[in-house]
Amino acid sequence: MERSETELIAAVLRGDRDSFEPLVAKYSPRVFATARRYARRESEIEDIVQEVWLKAFDKLGSFRGEAPFEHWLMRLTVRTCYDFLRGHQRNREYSFSEISEPEADWLDRFVTDPDSASEEAAAAKQLIDRVLEKLSPEARMVIQLLEIEDRSVKEIAQLTGWSVPLVKVRAFRARGEMRKILLRITKDKYL
Amino acid sequence: MNLANLQQKLTAAARHQAPDDRVPYAFEKRILALVAARAAVSGRVLWARGLWRAAVSCVVLAVVCGAIALLTPARPDSSNDLSQEFENTLLASVDQPEATP
Repeated sequence: MERSETELIAAVLRGDRDSFEPLVAKYSPRVFATARRYARRESEIEDIVQEVWLKAFDKLGSFRGEAPFEHWLMRLTVRTCYDFLRGHQRNREYSFSEISEPEADWLDRFVTDPDSASEEAAAAKQLIDRVLEKLSPEARMVIQLLEIEDRSVKEIAQLTGWSVPLVKVRAFRARGEMRKILLRITKDKYL
Repeated sequence: MNLANLQQKLTAAARHQAPDDRVPYAFEKRILALVAARAAVSGRVLWARGLWRAAVSCVVLAVVCGAIALLTPARPDSSNDLSQEFENTLLASVDQPEATP
């Protein structure tokens, strides 16, 4: 008979490490999907997920069972992704010359007729990925959770551990930061 | 160019992107192996940490004692030395010259 999550967690806490395996198998797809939003290279993604599970094992004693295990795990995942972003801040300078030909074509289409530039195009996806990479870790986190995943400010505060006013301030700054990057990309050619 | 519109379009493009939730083969086994390896290491690490702390404490104690011994000035006059006085008192009867018959 399949054991419930609560039973599995209790068994792990009693020292039965094998009971951790079903939890990893069940929630890894969700953790991988989240990690893939913040990292590109598969090796980096695996490192993030590995760290999430090791932290989960170490801190399992702090899980009180008031909220579902999945929520607790997602908080851990988001915070680990944020740590990853802070530790891997790459060169955030950006210019039009960096973007690929399909991305430039998509931008041309957007300039001539915004409705003809589909948001489902692969070039648009590549472009937003590039823009997100150039954002500061805080801005990226907020844009990802608020604008892309459509989460509420309260939810973001719970996930990140930031206060609600801080999330609002960071969201305001993040939008400004994103606009600045878009301006830098486009000003060479269109402005 | 309308930057706000472009920003909205790109955000919508990101929203259309379904996150990939593939998990590498036998990933859960790898995690379990890591957890087991860490548990084995942590026992040894605890011992090593304790021994290192004890070693450091011993070295610090030895250095402090050495420093005190070196920095304490030697007393040129040993007449006030308590140990010397004690020895003299104790051996007074032995040190006394034998009475001449």
